[in-house]
Amino acid sequence: MAKAKYKIVVVGGGLSGLMATLKICEAGSDVDLFSYCPVKRSHSLCAQGGINACMDTKGEHDSIYEHFDDTVYGGDFLADQVAVKGMCEAAPKLIKMFDRMGVPFTRTAEGVLDLRNFGGQKNKRTCFAGSTTGQQLLYALDEQVRKWEVKGNVKKYEFWEFIKVIKNKEGVCRGIVAQSMNSMEIKAFRADTVIIATGGPGQVFGRCTASTICNGSAVSAVYQQGAHIGNPEFIQIHPTAIPGSDKNRLMSEACRGEGGRIWVYKDGKPWYFLEEMYPAYGNLVPRDVASRAIYDVCMNQHLGINGENRVYLDLSHIPADYLERKLGGILEMYSEFVGKDPRKVPMEIYPSVHYSMGGIWVDRLHHTNIPGLMASGECDYQYHGANRLGANSLLSAAYSGTISGPEAINWAATGDRGSEITDEELEAARQACVDQFESILKMDGPENVHRLHHELGDVMNKYVTIERVNQDLDYCLEELKKILKRWNDIGVTDRGHWANQEAMFVRQLRNMILYAMVVTKAARMRDESRGAHFKREFPTRNDERFMKTTIVDYNTETEEPMVSYIEFDHSLVKPRPRNYAVAKKE
Amino acid sequence: MAEQNKQTVTFIIERQDGPDSKPYTQEFEIPYRPALNVVASLMEIQKNPVTKDGKKVAPVVWECNCLEKVCGACMMVINGRARQACCALIDELEQPIHLAPARTFPVIRDLLIDRSVMFESLKRIQGWVEIDGTWEVKDAPIQNPYTAQTAYEISHCMTCGCCLEACPNVGPQSDFIGPAPTVQAYLFNLHPLGKFDKEKRLNTLMEKGGITSCGNSQNCVQACPKNIKLTTYLAQVNRDVNKQALKNIFNK
Ligand SMILES: Cc1cc2nc3c(=O)[nH]c(=O)nc-3n(C[C@H](O)[C@H](O)[C@H](O)COP(=O)(O)OP(=O)(O)OC[C@H]3O[C@@H](n4cnc5c(N)ncnc54)[C@H](O)[C@@H]3O)c2cc1C
Ligand code: SF4
Ligand code: SF4
Ligand code: FES
Repeated sequence: MAKAKYKIVVVGGGLSGLMATLKICEAGSDVDLFSYCPVKRSHSLCAQGGINACMDTKGEHDSIYEHFDDTVYGGDFLADQVAVKGMCEAAPKLIKMFDRMGVPFTRTAEGVLDLRNFGGQKNKRTCFAGSTTGQQLLYALDEQVRKWEVKGNVKKYEFWEFIKVIKNKEGVCRGIVAQSMNSMEIKAFRADTVIIATGGPGQVFGRCTASTICNGSAVSAVYQQGAHIGNPEFIQIHPTAIPGSDKNRLMSEACRGEGGRIWVYKDGKPWYFLEEMYPAYGNLVPRDVASRAIYDVCMNQHLGINGENRVYLDLSHIPADYLERKLGGILEMYSEFVGKDPRKVPMEIYPSVHYSMGGIWVDRLHHTNIPGLMASGECDYQYHGANRLGANSLLSAAYSGTISGPEAINWAATGDRGSEITDEELEAARQACVDQFESILKMDGPENVHRLHHELGDVMNKYVTIERVNQDLDYCLEELKKILKRWNDIGVTDRGHWANQEAMFVRQLRNMILYAMVVTKAARMRDESRGAHFKREFPTRNDERFMKTTIVDYNTETEEPMVSYIEFDHSLVKPRPRNYAVAKKE
Repeated sequence: MAEQNKQTVTFIIERQDGPDSKPYTQEFEIPYRPALNVVASLMEIQKNPVTKDGKKVAPVVWECNCLEKVCGACMMVINGRARQACCALIDELEQPIHLAPARTFPVIRDLLIDRSVMFESLKRIQGWVEIDGTWEVKDAPIQNPYTAQTAYEISHCMTCGCCLEACPNVGPQSDFIGPAPTVQAYLFNLHPLGKFDKEKRLNTLMEKGGITSCGNSQNCVQACPKNIKLTTYLAQVNRDVNKQALKNIFNK
């Protein structure tokens, strides 16, 4: 018997969206795939370091349990443990799949996959393809999806922007509205299920390590349509980035994994402060711990290089040929963008906004609270709790796609989907987006949209990153409200209907401001320190009050976020204090 | 470049309002900053879209994502050479800096071009490994680490199109698919499973628009921002195609 054929809309062609797409095609259904860019250019390709999976090929007796426990412990006991367990169990199988697809993983002399160390884990567990793991994994999925495109199961809408979802009378998601970034045409699309896989919201912070298209706009749009946001206050700050005016370029954690040391001068001598503060893990402490230590050394002890907010990341003691083999591409990037050779002189780095642990709330099958709407990849809140371990998010992105894809079919076949959406309903949703866009084209106030975005980034970076203080967060929220007001005073210089990037950015910016409020408000309400969220007045973890998932909902009247908390499953390992000064105890 | 004015940077940008409109140029001046690159400069223009002679204009349109020379999006012609804009450091460029779209491809608007032909070519060369499915099958085959390293090098290709823009034989005068997709065919022929479809790929490359259109002029290898040894692999493909052609004759 032929399988029933459904139409699934997948928004986003990073690792997660492509993985979901493959699963849907394999089940015999069709995908309309939307992306800002050709999916082969999606942000997943920026990932350098690697992808975690317990392959246990280094004689270290690594185990899936250990991977699971490291992830839960690293996430400071805020991740759904059953979900994490599923991911860690699937990881080795996913790696074998990628290997069969042709990912050029780095290999040992005998031709099997090599493994490297990464932060927050004592065993070698990170598979890698030189220093471009994300690029190689993304390309493998891109190639497989191209095969399905040739077969006719996938229709790509590249250079199309998702604007919002369309719900029927019963509130079930039955389609989306999107806009062509070239012709500016706005169209409504029917779908049996919609999967959002739009990646992280880095641009809400302006300068960050992510691509320019990681703006969180889609996540904010579905939030405004009633989707819960989970744990948005947990924003990972990567300890080692090259500060830049257009972008903070990431220096992969692999540098530390391969023996890189972090230091500053103190009393005229190099001070390897991570090694001194955390003897068990040394330079390989997790990201939040390393970021806070660097922040402390620069801001409080004023020991940054030449008094600036920078410290050294040093590889110059490692043999050049070893560096070339293990880190070639990354080092080339430093030379290229900074003009100095990291094989010879220590690099200068500072922490930067990098990854969002939080995002759209989903259940274990990746359904959001809006029926018919699913989410997977960095845009969802699952798997990482309060802090993500390096090399775990390529894994969660790919793994979540293997869940959301098949489940989208399952929902289409058996879900309680209510009434069919009518042509009139589709047209109404489309027309609302057309009206909104036309009114943006008419905006003629004094504000420049890009300068306003820059200010948004400044405020968020200043108050909602490494160290948070309640008074500052209150102030920040007020500032954000002012920025939201000023959004109305934007003037567009381009009023045309052809490849108008400026007008689209105006729409995106409003979504970004509203999401910034979500992050800030959730940070304000969590009076404890856990993982990436560090609050000066409350420096310790408070399990009794806050071992709970933050849920943020949109108040349509006030446009402000509303925060509440729900319980989650932590039945597998008992919480224990997270302390990287000593080796992890189980 | 000491003689240049370090306070400001001057750009002469070739603009075009739509695919069928006539190109024109505009001059912009922005404040200088150390480590400034071309994309960061275009972002500066977005914040203040005013030409050097004070005219308020629509901001320049271009494509970029990663700003790390890995997504391939931001390719344009900078001072006459096709390259990625995000890693084109101002300090290393002669001023005024000339920006133009890569006209080997249709222009959509300003510096934004349509490279869909490259992705279509990847379909034509069957640029994937034919796996049974994403489900668990068995262990993947062991691979020679040296071959894997060659594969790694070629797999850096970010479909930017610099090599197509540089190649004299790619353009309206021919249907040559160009160096990048041809060399991608070689990549899949290297893989222990991808190899199974080697003959299909070689036969495709024998057809019109395939490897015979390459005049071996070496421009591509110099243009590739990922330092892929394009001409080495093109030569290899050429040999493989010739061998396959002989085989086809004997098997008739
Ligand atoms: C510099 C850097 C290095 C990293 N290194 C590592 C690493 O070594 N290991 C690791 O595990 N993780 C790493 N990460 C994290 C990891 O890369 C990401 O979390 C992961 O790739 C996210 O994948 P994704 O599929 O969820 O989203 P993405 O790859 O970001 O894809 C998002 C997709 O959605 C589309 N999209 C977004 N919004 C819209 C919209 N409104 N309309 C239409 N389309 C839209 C985009 O076009 C894109 O196709 C790194 C991240 C960064 C920034
Ligand atoms: S060697 Fe061939 S592909 Fe390369 S530039 Fe010359 S003609 Fe073009
Ligand atoms: S081969 Fe090099 S120049 Fe050509 S598209 Fe690929 S990366 Fe760009
Ligand atoms: S923006 Fe990705 S290569 Fe330049």
